[in-house]
Amino acid sequence: MKKVLPLILVMLVFLPALVSCHGSHGMLEFQMPETFDGSKQYELVFWAKNDTNKIQTKVYTDAIASFQELYPNIKIKLSLYGDYGRIYNDVITNIATGTTPDVCITYPDHIATYMTGENTVVRLDEVFKDEKYGLHGSELKFDSPGFDQIVPQFIEECKIKDGYYAIPYMRSTEACYINKTFVEALGYEIPETLTWDFIWEVSEAALAKNGDGTYKLNGGNVMIPFIYKSTDNMMIQYLKQAGAGYSTSDGEILIFNDQTKEFLQTVAAHSNGAFSTFKISSYPGNFFNAGQCIFAIDSTAGATWIGSKATHLDIPKEDLIEFETVVKMIPQVNPDAPYMISQGPSLCVFNKKDPQRVLAAWLFAQYLLTDTVQITYAETEGYVPVTLKAQETAEYKEYLSRAGEDNDHYYKVKIEASELLLKNRQYTFTTPVFNGSASLRDAAGQLIENTVKSVRRKETVDDAYFVKLYSDVNALYRLDQINTGESVMQKALGKLPKTAVFLLVSLGAVWTLIAAGFIYRVVRKKRAEMREKT
Amino acid sequence: MKKILAAILALTSLIVMCACGPKVELTTYAQFKAAAVETEVTVETYVQAKQSWWNDKATIYTQNEEGAYFLYELPCSKEDYDKLTEGTKIRVTGHKAEWAGEVEIIDSKFEILSGSYVAPVTDVTGVLGTDKLIDYMNMKVAFKGMTVEAYDETGAAFAYKDPEGKTDDLYFKVSKDGQTYGFCVEFYLCGKDTDVYKAVEALKVGDKIDLEGFLYWYNGANPHITSVKAAQ
Repeated sequence: MKKVLPLILVMLVFLPALVSCHGSHGMLEFQMPETFDGSKQYELVFWAKNDTNKIQTKVYTDAIASFQELYPNIKIKLSLYGDYGRIYNDVITNIATGTTPDVCITYPDHIATYMTGENTVVRLDEVFKDEKYGLHGSELKFDSPGFDQIVPQFIEECKIKDGYYAIPYMRSTEACYINKTFVEALGYEIPETLTWDFIWEVSEAALAKNGDGTYKLNGGNVMIPFIYKSTDNMMIQYLKQAGAGYSTSDGEILIFNDQTKEFLQTVAAHSNGAFSTFKISSYPGNFFNAGQCIFAIDSTAGATWIGSKATHLDIPKEDLIEFETVVKMIPQVNPDAPYMISQGPSLCVFNKKDPQRVLAAWLFAQYLLTDTVQITYAETEGYVPVTLKAQETAEYKEYLSRAGEDNDHYYKVKIEASELLLKNRQYTFTTPVFNGSASLRDAAGQLIENTVKSVRRKETVDDAYFVKLYSDVNALYRLDQINTGESVMQKALGKLPKTAVFLLVSLGAVWTLIAAGFIYRVVRKKRAEMREKT
Repeated sequence: MKKILAAILALTSLIVMCACGPKVELTTYAQFKAAAVETEVTVETYVQAKQSWWNDKATIYTQNEEGAYFLYELPCSKEDYDKLTEGTKIRVTGHKAEWAGEVEIIDSKFEILSGSYVAPVTDVTGVLGTDKLIDYMNMKVAFKGMTVEAYDETGAAFAYKDPEGKTDDLYFKVSKDGQTYGFCVEFYLCGKDTDVYKAVEALKVGDKIDLEGFLYWYNGANPHITSVKAAQ
């Protein structure tokens, strides 16, 4: 026993050090406290994104102020980011150092990566159901929606693997903003449901030039008839519409298939002027507003920037031209079976050592689902509230009914963009979420970006080109490592230091020795007892 | 004697072979300006300022004696990025691109060369508002004797893109001879702890100021300002 004691002492000294080092691995799963401690002060960190829209910032600050009035012991520190990619990157970095925010606006694809840290993100299944502090809980100081009052598709998007790890905050889709004046000038009529074939045909027709090199359609030197903002969405939606593979729910990559190639060939055939992308040319809305684009596909959450009477403007006023804007669903392969993406920010709550702090964070996240926050934020852009409760209020219905009354709060294009999602929710879909799905999404867009650039650079785009493209994109995004390779989190954390490896090995050896010693003593004792009996 | 001759011959051949390494055909600034978008170009230029490094990609303002080149998302390790200081000579091969009017080099690769050059600041006040301004795109420039105007209807002298966290650009407007221009403090180039960021936060409508920066373009001139001082 004297020999075993020092070993135990060694373990007691080293074990806490091993557990506490190297990030926040091994955090215990969050358990809802019996009651919320209102006497303790909490300063929570909330990371959000704004769309360069001051009103959105005000919605956040107003929500924080009113929440803090209800819960004076909780202070919310808001940090705004310009894009989701930066939030993702910062969260990954902060998981490694154990300094994540308390609440964060993000995408489910990203949450799947955050979840590779054990219990980093709070699983919400039981939290939702908690009688006191769950959705519509009895002890809440505000009127939050019940689980059934969240739009089913939107809450299902927050289910990752076996549970809910987020709540939806806002939802949008993509819309095709059309310069109807131009389409009609070219002798076409906009169909009820757009098809890819229609867009390609009109786009090619728009390239006709005058003798002096200017475009017949606008009399100018610039005309890019079709511009797509998010080429990852472009590829994802096309594949869904065409019934082609993208990925399985458990992360098998299916994107490198023949239908993808066929679509890229079509894109290539129109990349000599008829089609371009945001990454190559700039915001579709800017070209659209200047009369240099006919079909601009962008998020409904950017609708206030689109149209000749747009609320927000990113080009000089003198560059604007007058035309009629029509908002339509994105082009389809089969108009009778349309598909469009459901997208938009969700909220996740990060786990902390103090369950009371996590509860405080959950209360704030839930507060962002209340009607006032939902409606006021949704009305800043072509978003829709994620709760049926908010959607069905008289206030929101009145807002929708007043489309076109002005070019600001009731801007027609913005409200029509929201209506597009409200009326077509049944056609929306999302892509499977797994650790690595964010990379696959990037890869989907990269295939299109590379193809367009290659055509513009007069490279040969043939079968051999696509073989190489698939290989390059696969390698760039390490798609072949998604299931078997090290995770993004492991990469962020890096390899264990040699000292830690040594300690872990020593620890294993110590445990083995203790177990062996224990077994030896038990066996010896048993033998001695048996000898005594005999 | 034969052995000596053979040795001399071998040595000469070696020297000749070394001298005849792959010849790099450089693009002059005039050729770069005239080239169509997507043309492959190779330029030797000098780092003037670094905007950002993220995900192994760097965005850099460069200039040589002929003109300036904005390098967007240049693939670059953090180690190499740290080596790129003001004046560092680099050879860049990439494609000419134009994004919202900004002419840049993308999809490129680079190598560090020996040599150094820090470009002088060119005063472009006289060509503000004219078609000639675009000739100075991406160069290190100065605007002198400008008057601060109200940024918006609130009467503020500047605006934050992120007023809460101050994690993004600052915008302000200045005028000269009755024309008003929008300028920007690009956050990744000059963050909230820099003198220029603080100087813009202290601006008042009506202040007379001299400015320096890089003549970035975004749907028109959109200089990234690096220095704000009271007008001399």
